[in-house]
Amino acid sequence: MRAELPRQNPITASQYAAVSDSPTHETETYMYVYDEYDQRIIEDRVQQLRDKTGRYLAGELSEAEFRPLRLQNGLYIQRFAPMLRVAVPYGQLTSRQVHKLAQIARDYDKGYAHISTRQNVQYNWPALEDVPEILAELATVQMHAIQTSGNCLRNVTTDQFAGVAADELIDPRPWCEIVRQWTTFHPEFAYLPRKFKIAINGSTSARAAIEVHDIGLEAVYNAAGELGFRVLVGGGLGRTPVVGAFINEFLPWQDLLSYLDAILRVYNRYGRRDNKYKARIKILVKALTPEVFAEKVEAEMVPLRGGQTTLTEAEVHRVAKHFVDPQYKALDNQDFAVLDKEHPGFARWRSRNTLTHKKPGYIAVTLSLKPTGVEPGDITDKQLDAVADLAERYSFGQLRTSHEQNIILADVEQSQLFTLWGELREQGFATPNIGLLTDMICCPGGDFCSLANAKSIPIAESIQRRFDDLDYLFDIGELDLNISGCMNACGHHHVGHIGILGVDKKGEEFYQVSLGGSGSRDASLGKILGPSFAQDDMPDVIEKLIDVYIAQRTEDERFIET
Amino acid sequence: MQRIIKNNEVIDETWHLLPKDATLDGISNCDDLIVPLALWRDHSHYLKARDGGLGVWLDADEEAEEIGDDANQLQVIALNFPAFTDGRSYSNARLLRDRYGFKGELRAIGDVLRDQLFYMRRCGFDAFALRADKDPYEALESLKDFSVTYQAATDEPLPLFRRR
Repeated sequence: MRAELPRQNPITASQYAAVSDSPTHETETYMYVYDEYDQRIIEDRVQQLRDKTGRYLAGELSEAEFRPLRLQNGLYIQRFAPMLRVAVPYGQLTSRQVHKLAQIARDYDKGYAHISTRQNVQYNWPALEDVPEILAELATVQMHAIQTSGNCLRNVTTDQFAGVAADELIDPRPWCEIVRQWTTFHPEFAYLPRKFKIAINGSTSARAAIEVHDIGLEAVYNAAGELGFRVLVGGGLGRTPVVGAFINEFLPWQDLLSYLDAILRVYNRYGRRDNKYKARIKILVKALTPEVFAEKVEAEMVPLRGGQTTLTEAEVHRVAKHFVDPQYKALDNQDFAVLDKEHPGFARWRSRNTLTHKKPGYIAVTLSLKPTGVEPGDITDKQLDAVADLAERYSFGQLRTSHEQNIILADVEQSQLFTLWGELREQGFATPNIGLLTDMICCPGGDFCSLANAKSIPIAESIQRRFDDLDYLFDIGELDLNISGCMNACGHHHVGHIGILGVDKKGEEFYQVSLGGSGSRDASLGKILGPSFAQDDMPDVIEKLIDVYIAQRTEDERFIET
Repeated sequence: MQRIIKNNEVIDETWHLLPKDATLDGISNCDDLIVPLALWRDHSHYLKARDGGLGVWLDADEEAEEIGDDANQLQVIALNFPAFTDGRSYSNARLLRDRYGFKGELRAIGDVLRDQLFYMRRCGFDAFALRADKDPYEALESLKDFSVTYQAATDEPLPLFRRR
């Protein structure tokens, strides 16, 4: 393996903690704030898009010439209208940004937006001529749609509870931001064989699903107390689902960007380009074997190591100081026993939709965007405004989106939890189904997407209706049900405990069911049940599976374990 | 006569690009030639002894390592883009410039369109033979698409974090 070079300025665990715990008063946003450089880059892009869209609409530019730019800017031509995908870097949003998203939904769309499984926000009905204006509006709140589509480096994702989870080793968000900047308009890797997704996990549990990403990075400390990353490559869903392989057990943090350059260079040069279904990095890693792939990366890394792209302590601190803790009060944890007893609905909601916070007296709350009868992840402009207001009043004006297509208020005072629950109920966000069967992941499917073989939203809805009885739902317990309308697997069906895949058989829509997938630390891919089923049969099929589980499970055995 | 972009200017093309299956038959002594990699590999001594200028072109599936340290024996290296979506030549460009220290003209050929020029220049290209139906004067504008860049690349050895 590689020789360890002596390191200057290693960031040790205690130094890192010192940085993240020293609040600055420069900002009140507790997330990355653009400086003039960051702002100029997104404004340059708006100008470029405005020019191109104008020329395309005027007939001066052919679709073939417009396509490459639009495809690297989240602009798809869908069945009914263009779809615009807005980046929500690592799922972090401020109230101000969410109010802007609401206004765009109102002014340029049909009054709603969709939270995607990549933590991004999609608009399904914008007019093409409005897109430059939408992007200009987004730029006023430091948002963009750069590289949200196309065969390029996509949005970096992480744990939706980053920075507040009690089981966190480091806050992954500064590293996500550093990687985001490295990906933005990277000149060498703008035309990769296929799309490329990076996820970072800073916690001891596995909420970032790094195992199914093209590159997964996991924070780790070595024996000397220095921070580094375990590096996984070649995970992915889609047609050929694969759990990735670790190719480096300890990458010093200073080498992070150089190592990404090295991996991407190997992939850019040797990834297959003759067949788009075999073009993801997972196919290359498998063909070469992870060991040989790691050797190629290391060979590429030799001349890069120690170069100018080596990260500096100053840069990590510059970015990390934006992600300081908000001004938490010194509070004690609450005892909810009395409230729980008086309000069983509250107790049920609290048990499913909240997560322990690292600070006593605080709690992280998940707002369910999956009440029965609503397409998973859909949210109206009024609801967006409402969550932005709630975030302002209850959670320091910060929100997060999750890959399960929900919204999180991460810093709620426990003493306000009951009042918040009341408000969430009024707004329709208090369905206590987080992690349960009806909290499904679902792609837009054949109703919207031109790639889909089959509809997915009506399937989700019919299953939600069948399992609308909450007592039964709680009795079933933790269960991930994921639905994709085609092999591209946007609904992550391979890692659902129950996965449903829409297939086309002689022009008719059928559904294949798989069992036993998991996106957690013990990641596994589901096994397909024999036959495929018609749309109308799906609630019955799922119900039968659940009946078998209920009949056969031993006490406290989760569905995935049975 | 085709016109190309070189060093931010539109100039007349003076080089002759030989096809991939070219042989030594009928090669002139004094023309400036860009020959395919295979021909150069087999006949580099002969080609270097000619009076005319010498360049080599690599297809996207040919590797910069095949020229390697011999790069500076050439006046021009041209890298082909079979389709603008094929990004392999960006990596070849960076290897030729950054690893093998190539100082001559690095030229983009093939499906070269204006939206890609900014990235190409960052990777070390200084000459662009645009697709025949494209106007090089218009394409020149796209080199100004962005005023800030995050990454270190051939055109800017320091990443933004060492400059901000």
